[in-house]
Amino acid sequence: MTTGSLTAGRARFRLPRRQIPVLATLVLLLVMYGIGVSQYQAFSNVQVIFNVFIDNGFLLVVAVGMTFVILTGGIDLSVGSVVAMTAMVSASLLQQGLPAALVLVIALLIGPTLGLLMGCAIHFFEIQPFIVTLAGMFFARGMCTFISGSSIPITDGFWTRMSQERIGDPRGNFVSISVLVAFVVVAVAAYTLAYTRLGRNVYAIGGNPQSALLMGLPLGRTRIAVYTISGLCSAIGGILLSFYTLSGAPLIAVGMELDVIAAVVIGGTVLTGGSGYVFGTVLGVLVLGVIQTLITFDGSLNSWWTKIVIGGLLFAFILLQRLIGIRYK
Amino acid sequence: MNDTMSRYRTMTGHRLFWPAAVLVVMLVANTIYRPGFLSIELKDGHLYGTPIDILRLSAPLILVALGMTLVISTGGIDLSVGSLCAISGAIACMYISKQPDQNSLAVVLTALAMALGVALVLGAWNGVLVAVIGIQPIIATLILMVAGRGLAQLITQGQIITINSEPFRAIGLGHLLTLPLAIFIALAAALLVAAFTRRTALGMIVESVGGNAVASRLAGIRSGRVIFLAYVLSAVCAAVAGFMMTANVSSADGNAVGLWVELDAILAVVIGGTSLAGGRFFLSGTILGALIIQTLTTTVYAMNISPQTSLLFKAVVVIAVCLIQAPAFRARFTRRRGSVPPSSAIADKPKEQVPA
Amino acid sequence: MTDNRPVVTMTGISKSFLGVRALHDVNFRLFPGEVHALMGENGAGKSTLIKVLTGVYDTDEGAITLDGQPVSFTGPMQATAAGVSTVFQEVNLCTNLSVAENIFIGREPRRLGAVRWGEVRRRARTLLARLDLDLDVSAPLGSYSLAIQQMVAIARAIDIQARVLILDEPTSSLDAVEVAQLFRIMRQLRDEGIAILFVTHFLDQVYEIADRITVLRNGGLVGEYATAELPQLSLVEKMIGKELDVLEGIEERSRRNLAVLEEGTPLVAVSDFGRAGSVEPFSLTIHAGEVVGLAGLLGSGRTEVARLLFGADRTDGGQVAVDGTPSSLRTPAQAIGHGVGFCSENRRAEGIVADLSVRENMILAMQAARGWLRPIPRRRQDELVDKYIKALNIRPSDPEVPVRNLSGGNQQKVLLARWLITEPRLLILDEPTRGIDIGAKTEIQKLVTQLSDGGMAVLFISAELEEVLRLSHKVAVMRDRQMVAQLANDDGLDADRVMQTIASGSHREEADR
Ligand SMILES: Nc1ncnc2c1ncn2[C@@H]1O[C@H](COP(=O)(O)OP(=O)(O)OP(=O)(O)O)[C@@H](O)[C@H]1O
Ligand SMILES: [Mg+2]
Repeated sequence: MTTGSLTAGRARFRLPRRQIPVLATLVLLLVMYGIGVSQYQAFSNVQVIFNVFIDNGFLLVVAVGMTFVILTGGIDLSVGSVVAMTAMVSASLLQQGLPAALVLVIALLIGPTLGLLMGCAIHFFEIQPFIVTLAGMFFARGMCTFISGSSIPITDGFWTRMSQERIGDPRGNFVSISVLVAFVVVAVAAYTLAYTRLGRNVYAIGGNPQSALLMGLPLGRTRIAVYTISGLCSAIGGILLSFYTLSGAPLIAVGMELDVIAAVVIGGTVLTGGSGYVFGTVLGVLVLGVIQTLITFDGSLNSWWTKIVIGGLLFAFILLQRLIGIRYK
Repeated sequence: MNDTMSRYRTMTGHRLFWPAAVLVVMLVANTIYRPGFLSIELKDGHLYGTPIDILRLSAPLILVALGMTLVISTGGIDLSVGSLCAISGAIACMYISKQPDQNSLAVVLTALAMALGVALVLGAWNGVLVAVIGIQPIIATLILMVAGRGLAQLITQGQIITINSEPFRAIGLGHLLTLPLAIFIALAAALLVAAFTRRTALGMIVESVGGNAVASRLAGIRSGRVIFLAYVLSAVCAAVAGFMMTANVSSADGNAVGLWVELDAILAVVIGGTSLAGGRFFLSGTILGALIIQTLTTTVYAMNISPQTSLLFKAVVVIAVCLIQAPAFRARFTRRRGSVPPSSAIADKPKEQVPA
Repeated sequence: MTDNRPVVTMTGISKSFLGVRALHDVNFRLFPGEVHALMGENGAGKSTLIKVLTGVYDTDEGAITLDGQPVSFTGPMQATAAGVSTVFQEVNLCTNLSVAENIFIGREPRRLGAVRWGEVRRRARTLLARLDLDLDVSAPLGSYSLAIQQMVAIARAIDIQARVLILDEPTSSLDAVEVAQLFRIMRQLRDEGIAILFVTHFLDQVYEIADRITVLRNGGLVGEYATAELPQLSLVEKMIGKELDVLEGIEERSRRNLAVLEEGTPLVAVSDFGRAGSVEPFSLTIHAGEVVGLAGLLGSGRTEVARLLFGADRTDGGQVAVDGTPSSLRTPAQAIGHGVGFCSENRRAEGIVADLSVRENMILAMQAARGWLRPIPRRRQDELVDKYIKALNIRPSDPEVPVRNLSGGNQQKVLLARWLITEPRLLILDEPTRGIDIGAKTEIQKLVTQLSDGGMAVLFISAELEEVLRLSHKVAVMRDRQMVAQLANDDGLDADRVMQTIASGSHREEADR
């Protein structure tokens, strides 16, 4: 911080403890990017980063919702299935000729409704979030195949426009609509967590639910709200995914909930709740995205080596993050 | 009158009552739908029938869930068990398939020993990540969940390895005293784990670590060792389950063996009454939970519902089971107003803050 | 001051937990502009009555009115909104949030829905200044000691513009200075017409501040009295329910000569123990049979010294000798191996395992020392547990109930039993009498004397100077995270001298001379 005398700086400057995990992630992300750049020439192209965002925009949105849930100390396993279900419902309704605007509204309502129901079950009946959202996951996935056993293509004009729209220089560096949507979601979420009562209650509940209750905070309302928010984010993520793939497929996004949880936790949010930031989640998604990109750039790995390398990189990353964390505590 | 009332209360108050009741209801419903459901017949000295099938098929899940119970009780979770099933099955099958005499007992035993050895190492890996390095369990085991699938496929080189080994097949399909061998293996594992935890002080210490890690440390418990042990045990259980799964079909498919079994196992543990927040664990409850899940699967198959749509069915049953088990839910019906002290639902334990 | 109508009335209140009767037909009135003490032994039902009033628990029977209107709160949120502000017994704040946020969460000043953080911090500082506290309000609350957390909880409660203020054992972790500060503010609030319900086990405090007293015993109401008309002795009799001579307290401590005790090798001798940011390096020797008291203000480093000696935190350097041989105390397990036991001040976070039963909580440390492969035989467990339930008068006496269902004071006794069972050679007691009723408190004090007579060394930490002086042979004084003096507790030592040392720091005094 201070550019003055080194000793004075060392004596009093301490990294703020809560930000350490996020900072560690940031540093490591830069290192990883550096490795990519040094290994592959094309990696230094800015579009590589933009592509990471384009490919993972929907993941980012869903991860933001998950951040809310994890900050309260809960977990939402239903997100992957809700993403798929939203895409399926949109595709199927569009196929039946409903107007795009109406389909958007319906699709955006399903996720939050399911989230609301799950939140109510968790709060009022005191069933563990893991189980409730696991049931939600089964339900949403079941609905997908119930709607159609095979993938439904989307040919709607609005959807194709959204899918093809490029912001920036279409031949140079550009991003897609979904990246913009994702950024808006991130900004709104960060503001909500830092500056609104809802956001602060989320942290309080994650810190100690019993205390939060005795302090007179609206425990139930907040809990239900975070699952609804997560449902909404999953719905938005589902729409973005359908922009991206221009179809709805019953088995898409299987296991996505684990990627999402991993991204949130890598971003420095603690699974027991009460500590973490949306910005960290953005970094977490980027880490996963860059790992993917590194593997695509390599191009020589067959499917099982890919998995092993992803696991290895994940391990290296988490280990380093942990060591840096300990070092600065 | 009053007496029967109170006896009814103590009975329904028992933590195994509701899971058991659900199981019974499912069996009854099945019998009504398909009257032959409960019938058992003796053929060639072996017992056959749907109930026996349910028991046999639930054996791997019981095994995985037993290990999972301990891990969850320490306040952790083990997502890697499915991949471990695949790895151990793959190693065993690969080794056996390479031998000239696949039916030799020695070959099979060597194969099992090798696979168990690898499982031990991988369990220790999980244990070190969680207990020594202090990575959050869900992420620590996610690493092996992802990479483990890759390892399993690497071992089988992406192929489905088919073997023709009677001794190995027996693990899944063999019989002992007219009953499938798998049932005995699961039973033995359950008794072993029970003895291991309840005849020693391990169970209490695990519960203490899961209930309040800080207090346990100050009471002189070396929690690292206990947590480490739980992950190793979980891996061993998963490996044995992996043998059964591969033995059932006499082949190993790195991609499919044990897929999503971790979710079923966690479900079984929770249905059995163990809290995901750690603390008290109930092995008998876990076994009941596993039986419920297997009965459900068998029912769905019997009803010819497509496997994917059957998830809808599963969702409904899971929620139903958890609802009737939830004290808060029952309170709403038995009393005019739910008056549950908040402490029951919210673990008021201090939290350790650890990134990733 | 009782001539007007009560703000709160509770009539015929009954409450049971799964068959355990916590309250039975209790009546209670609270008038505006009074400080009303709720008294009773551990487990008498004081906290339960408060939780019933604030809607944390439903009543089984009975009615509550606020300002004459029947009310039935669904929880603290509603109660607060209706003007009933509460500090519950255990500190109930969120340690992950900042000090300022803990004070204002739920009612932050906002502009257009956005929390005004600058304003929050400013107001928090002003409020804490009223309590004579100078904290970094943006630091996480968890970085402060339990006592400071307690003060922050009080700050939160008094800042809510309430008509009724409920304080459940707010003073248990405070020292004399803090208590005086709190009382000043309580009087001020009382004069503004606020009704204050106050729970404590300190009789002196009751007689200092309370206008009226309601006594509970075993979940039942004993009576409501004006403080002036109820002599201290009859208050105790009403709480205990029989005429008892416990009040005589323990006989003067056998003032065994410190010099005699200090012959021979010390049991534990540490030198240059310290930890950056926690305590300055200190040296201390403790002999078998010696009681060393640790005195000092809040946050002066008392607990930190204890944690270093027990290996709960690691020392940055220094040496330790046990029985004269160099050893190390780097982990609790190691310390226990040397025969050290440590009863933490923060029983909820660092003491009890709420899920486990009373029996399991009691044998935990002994079992941990034996290792999990050698379980303590059940018969032996039952013997030990029975013995201590009787000795410490733990209620309910069923060893199989989960410890979370016990009242605060009884949980404390369970913890004490956990360590006594291990028969340690050095027992570190950090605020062992906090939140414990007078009967049990004298019991514990007697016990400490007995144990030391039997050769056990005790490090006794307490905010109550009298207690420290009554028990210890030697008093180590902490000030600003430094051990500034070690005073032999001979006839020349009294509370005033210790206070002086705390206030001035004898180090400096000596240096000046
Ligand atoms: N949640 C609960 N479940 C079961 N029993 C409980 C519960 N809370 C309190 N009790 C029981 O109710 C009785 C009264 O407890 P309470 O906490 O009100 O005592 P207290 O007067 O506040 O004591 P202390 O001075 O120790 O704080 C005790 O016997 C206790 O064991
Ligand atoms: Mg109390």
